[in-house]
Amino acid sequence: MGLLSLAIWVPIAFGTALLAFGRDENARGVRWVALVGAIVSFLVTVPLYTGFQNGTAAMQFVEKASWISRFNVNYHLGVDGLSLWLVLLTSFITVVVVISAWEVITERVNQYMGAFLILSGFMIGVFAALDGILFYVFFEATLIPMYLIIGIWGGPNKIYAAFKFFIYTLLGSLLMLVALIYLYNKSGGSFDILSWHKLPLGSTAQTFLFFAFFAAFAVKVPMWPVHTWLPDVHVEAPTGGSAVLAAIMLKLGAYGFLRFSMPIAPDASHEWAWLMIALSLIAVIYVGLVALVQEDMKKLVAYSSVAHMGFVTLGFFIFNELGVSGGIVQMIAHGFVSGAMFLGIGVLYDRVHSRQIADYGGVVNTMPKFAAFALLFAMANCGLPGTAGFVGEWMVILGAVKSNFWIGLGAATALIFGAAYTLWMYKRVYLGPVGNDHVKELTDINAREFLMLSLLAIAVLWMGIYPKPFTDVMDVSVMELLRHVATSKLP
Amino acid sequence: MIDKLSWVAIYPEIVLLVMACIIALVDLSTTSARRTRTYILTLLTLAVVAVLTGMAANDGKTIYGFGGMVVSDPMGNWLKCFATVALMVTLVYGRPYAADREMLRGGELFTISMFALLGMFVMISGSNFLLIYLGLELLTLSSYALVALRRDNAVASEAAMKYFVLGAMASGFLLYGLSMLYGATGSLDVNEVFKIIASGKVNHQVLVFGLVFIVAGLAFKVGAAPFHMWVPDVYQGAPTAVTLLIGAAPELAAFAIIIRLLVEGLLPLAIDWQQMLALLAIASLLVGNLAAIAQTNLKRMLAYSTIAQMGFMLLGLVAGVVNGNTYNAQFAYSASMFYIVTYVLTTLASFGIILLLAREGFESEEITDLAGLNQRSPLYAGVMAIAMFSLAGLPPLVGFYAKLAVLQALIASGQAIYIGLAVFAVIMSLIGAFYYLRVVKVMYFDAPVTVSTVSAPRDVRAVLSVNGLLILVLGIVPGGLMTLCAKAIVATLAN
Repeated sequence: MGLLSLAIWVPIAFGTALLAFGRDENARGVRWVALVGAIVSFLVTVPLYTGFQNGTAAMQFVEKASWISRFNVNYHLGVDGLSLWLVLLTSFITVVVVISAWEVITERVNQYMGAFLILSGFMIGVFAALDGILFYVFFEATLIPMYLIIGIWGGPNKIYAAFKFFIYTLLGSLLMLVALIYLYNKSGGSFDILSWHKLPLGSTAQTFLFFAFFAAFAVKVPMWPVHTWLPDVHVEAPTGGSAVLAAIMLKLGAYGFLRFSMPIAPDASHEWAWLMIALSLIAVIYVGLVALVQEDMKKLVAYSSVAHMGFVTLGFFIFNELGVSGGIVQMIAHGFVSGAMFLGIGVLYDRVHSRQIADYGGVVNTMPKFAAFALLFAMANCGLPGTAGFVGEWMVILGAVKSNFWIGLGAATALIFGAAYTLWMYKRVYLGPVGNDHVKELTDINAREFLMLSLLAIAVLWMGIYPKPFTDVMDVSVMELLRHVATSKLP
Repeated sequence: MIDKLSWVAIYPEIVLLVMACIIALVDLSTTSARRTRTYILTLLTLAVVAVLTGMAANDGKTIYGFGGMVVSDPMGNWLKCFATVALMVTLVYGRPYAADREMLRGGELFTISMFALLGMFVMISGSNFLLIYLGLELLTLSSYALVALRRDNAVASEAAMKYFVLGAMASGFLLYGLSMLYGATGSLDVNEVFKIIASGKVNHQVLVFGLVFIVAGLAFKVGAAPFHMWVPDVYQGAPTAVTLLIGAAPELAAFAIIIRLLVEGLLPLAIDWQQMLALLAIASLLVGNLAAIAQTNLKRMLAYSTIAQMGFMLLGLVAGVVNGNTYNAQFAYSASMFYIVTYVLTTLASFGIILLLAREGFESEEITDLAGLNQRSPLYAGVMAIAMFSLAGLPPLVGFYAKLAVLQALIASGQAIYIGLAVFAVIMSLIGAFYYLRVVKVMYFDAPVTVSTVSAPRDVRAVLSVNGLLILVLGIVPGGLMTLCAKAIVATLAN
């Protein structure tokens, strides 16, 4: 069994075992098994980075076996510079999420932990799949655990949110399925994604494919105007669900653009780049403004996610190296930062059971350690140099200015809004005199929460101060991708 | 081999018939209310039959017997094998339910269901229009009797009445169509009719006229819209064990006669019947999915879901012949066969759960009766969730590959209109996902009404677990079953 298979199946095996054998009576054991499972699956992914060859755009750690011979579907895995860090990010966030739920979740612990571990395996599968059907199976399968996570452990309006999440994202993916089957027939019976990259396609076909993929990935990212499910879902989802959703699930969509839309339909991508850029800029600027007026912390961070993901798609569709690399870096940075923001809100919510900004004030007085972490993550969210948030945004803006000054200017204004809504929220929640009795009775974070936030803080600072390990692995792959996008696939 | 009697071809039928008679006699001397002896004998017989048909299917040989009246080919034998297993599972699930409701008093449940299976066998292996019709009647007459098994229950009697009247009308349609075909071609033999039509000497108009009646009759039988009116009432009204009996295994037989009549007999008219099936499929997808959303009764919802699923299955048959070319036929028909087999597998699981819950003294027919099942029994909630997600067509469950195969058959035709049909089907299945999800929602998100855990006899528990697991395992490795269906269809088309 190869490393990638292990990375996918170890968490799924642990998760399944928890579902089958775990009971609430032995919740303690369940938690430890879940933690061990998450750590083991993280450790399994580490050799992917240490053994990765930087100088080549070829797929690495490739595994290939016939799966459904009737349709020539293969169990085909591999990672390149575009997907490597996303795999690591996924297994890392899963560890953090398991820690975050430790004593917070008391009912059906085995199902909660099991769902997250299985979800983690599915998501790694999405990033590692090189076969269209395998990709689709993992992409869709993520819906099932996430639906249950939101619906079982979510807030008061959870059922509405769970349905909205499921139906919205399912619609997009089903259209993608039609596109995948179309490509299969067009390529003479192959579901190999890499061979599709070389397939000549007419301009009408490319346009249809582009929009079929757009339906799947834009909803997932989510881009304006199909982002409306995200705030609803975030508000209702449990803390861990929000963290995984923002940190990883949104990246499934962005990754899809890199792996499918751009290299398979390059001419259509160029033709419709203006639309993608326009939608991204709207996400960055308009949604940023929407975030400014939110009164619910989770909603605010949810809208800020939409805005930050706008940077990612903007970076991709300006088609230069800085932009695309910046987009990928931003994906990973946002994974750390948004995960941290949601977990931080979770820490407050566990104590006060409110997410309204107005219910807080002066938290720094009673929870100084926590407030320090929160400040770091807030800074990262505004893109302060030295934190993870800065690197990606800066690269994207630089790339945008290179392609068109006005696009660059538009993107850059977002930094101002980002700083505005994040810092204003920080001020209202943490600074000033103690706001009310609830805040007065708050206790500072315990060792578990400290550990969880430290892990993320280290990641955020490391990426901000020394981003070289992140950019080095993707350089060649990005160049290769841009070469594909620059070559017309018209017959 | 045509002029020999070829008893080999009908061994399973003989075993079934003889044993059904013997079991009926044995039952006379049985006094136990749970009919254990009859039950075990029936299961044993069915196991033998399943092995016999399975072995015949594995041989891969095609044998014609009795002057070409019957045919034993891989497709037929596999379908028979699956139908037998489906009936066994049905009886395992249904016995405790039936016993609790005193439906076992006369032991008819077992003997009649064996005669129903015999009817299916005759339908599946008939190579002559008359024989196929006889098989169909044997199956439907048995089904009418089964639906009416609870004589004192007004709802069941009403359902039986509706089923009988509409079913008889459908049979009339089918018979009328067949007689027209006979009038035009002068033969009732499937292969003979094929040859005569292919020679082009027959008046096309007469044929199409007959075809319309045949397709309408078949549509009634599979419950495709707009001939679906009986399905919800009968599914809801019949005792749940019987609902499963008429909703699972017979679908396999219905698929077989569609292949026998339309493909083996009337393939030269494919252009005409493909259009009709396409319209039926569109109507079924629309009616089934939209009406299912509004249902609060679980059995009724599953009835509408069946209509929608049959629509999807019919879509597979639509793309077989493209511009008079049959290169796509084996993909299309084997996709439909895969669809129907996996559909039966999933239906068994979902009704199995309903039967299990219904034993708790009430009928457990409303969707809300499942509330909080996850807290009461995670295993059964898990099986039901797997079945629902599979019906919704979500990977990694087998229902996804069924939909994938059908969509692939449509898109492989390369016709813009069929690609449009594929997109339509996809959007309809999105609507379908909504009501399947609602069942999952009730089980996992709602608070339970009662807190008692669900108990089940050991055999039911084991079979149900295997059933659920199979939906998942076939979703992870669907290749084998797909290849099996493909080979079976290729062998049938080769004749």
